[in-house]
Amino acid sequence: MSDSYQRPLPILTDENRHFWQGGRDGHLLLLRCRDCRYWVHTPQPRCTNCLSEALTSEPVSGKAEVETFTINIKPWGKGMKVPYVIAVVALPEQPGLRVTTNIVDIDPEAVYIGMAVEVRFEQDEDVWLPMFAPVAN
Amino acid sequence: MVDVVISGIGQSAVGRKVDRSGIAMTVDAVIAALADAGLDRKDIDGLSTYPGKLTGNLAHFSPVGTHELIEALKLRLDWYNGGGEGGAQQAGLLNAVAAIKAGYARHVIVFRTLKEGSGSLYWQQAAGPSAQRQRVGDRFEYLMPFDALTVINYVAMSMQRHFHLYGTTRRQLGAISVNGRTNAALNPAAIFRDPITIDDYLASRMISTPMCILDCDAPTDSSIAFILSNAEAARDLRSTPITIEAMAGALHSAASWDQTDMPHMGAHDAARQLWSRTALKPTDVDVAQLYDGFSFLTLTWLEALGFCGIGEGGAFVEGGHRIARDGELPLNTHGGQLSAGRTHGFGFVREAVIQLRREAGERQVPGDPQVAIASAGGGPQAGCMLLTRR
Repeated sequence: MSDSYQRPLPILTDENRHFWQGGRDGHLLLLRCRDCRYWVHTPQPRCTNCLSEALTSEPVSGKAEVETFTINIKPWGKGMKVPYVIAVVALPEQPGLRVTTNIVDIDPEAVYIGMAVEVRFEQDEDVWLPMFAPVAN
Repeated sequence: MVDVVISGIGQSAVGRKVDRSGIAMTVDAVIAALADAGLDRKDIDGLSTYPGKLTGNLAHFSPVGTHELIEALKLRLDWYNGGGEGGAQQAGLLNAVAAIKAGYARHVIVFRTLKEGSGSLYWQQAAGPSAQRQRVGDRFEYLMPFDALTVINYVAMSMQRHFHLYGTTRRQLGAISVNGRTNAALNPAAIFRDPITIDDYLASRMISTPMCILDCDAPTDSSIAFILSNAEAARDLRSTPITIEAMAGALHSAASWDQTDMPHMGAHDAARQLWSRTALKPTDVDVAQLYDGFSFLTLTWLEALGFCGIGEGGAFVEGGHRIARDGELPLNTHGGQLSAGRTHGFGFVREAVIQLRREAGERQVPGDPQVAIASAGGGPQAGCMLLTRR
């Protein structure tokens, strides 16, 4: 119980633990097919490209580009800090490979579509949330 | 091929808060629809709804399923269907059409009931300050941990990308909200009837950029019911039958909001399917009732259905002249969900029927409308239907 707002966290399972805990070692881990080398996100039982069962988690570069974003203004819960930026970022590893995230360490008004960002992790309980921040010069 | 018609329409009281249970409102709407068609409940052999009865945090989103209504009306059914996975909010209608064409039923009740005005949405409980720390799974697992808590955030991101790609502006998009309110002024059952201007829209409270409060629909308590019939079986009924010329509810992408093609989304897949199932064309449509859970979704439907080119929606609606009741494509003539209230897509179908029957009174579109289109949904899932009077 807490008086301040706390973001919902994922229920950890064998299927998603790599994604939410890879940040412990500084890696953004996604499922990848050992046979055809296709990246699969969100996690699925087989490769969605070739249907192989040979999926294992591998690190991506952590670089990305803002595909789109929104600055959330309205607080949805008591004590929630606004504004904050929600974004869908495109990963360079594969066309259409995208994750939803927050853009952090920047004035929300300065975020733009096409902006180069890179991953950084924020630990919350047993979860390492993959956040993205502008690429340092 | 069996033709399917809408032979009856009915609606319960609609309001921000209606002091009746979900099942009571549903029975009200069904009795009205039966009376409209001139059918007795003994004539009914099918029942369909979407998304079926939901419990827990989503109880207000869908408080009634097939079982409650079967019991309340002592129905004797040869076919029934509910559930949350199907062609968006029109899934109950799409499945009923399929059942009638297959010969499984002749007269099917299709309903959608909401208690969202009285209720609370999932995020309001999830984000409550005294709630236990929430853990989420399934579809929202990759969204909610980033405080992407509501569909408003997802649609706002799609909107932002449309603005970026095509130069669409808030001033353009706002014409959809203003048009809805102008039409709602002539609809006694609408929730919001005071006129607004484009300046009111531009000055309204921002929720999640670039989406403001006047881009969002109004949650309500409501129930709407239709009777869908085999056209032969409906030949001698009381009402003017409205033919379902074509329907579609394709799903070509993942069903996750962030794994679909922003900003175009599932509307484009459903629309392509729709036009492949009819000889009619967008230019044949006399009145359009296009889903506006958010104003931006209407813009995507205009593009998806071919009323304008992709990326040209902003220019199409700008100023509101083309989409006015006396314009080239009268749009959301009852006020849409933005002003008439959130009936989760069913209000659009009902209004399309009313316009084609020429029973819309003060808000009746001029001329002799023969073809209407009604759509529902946004994001990955979407459905649409083409209706004709003949």
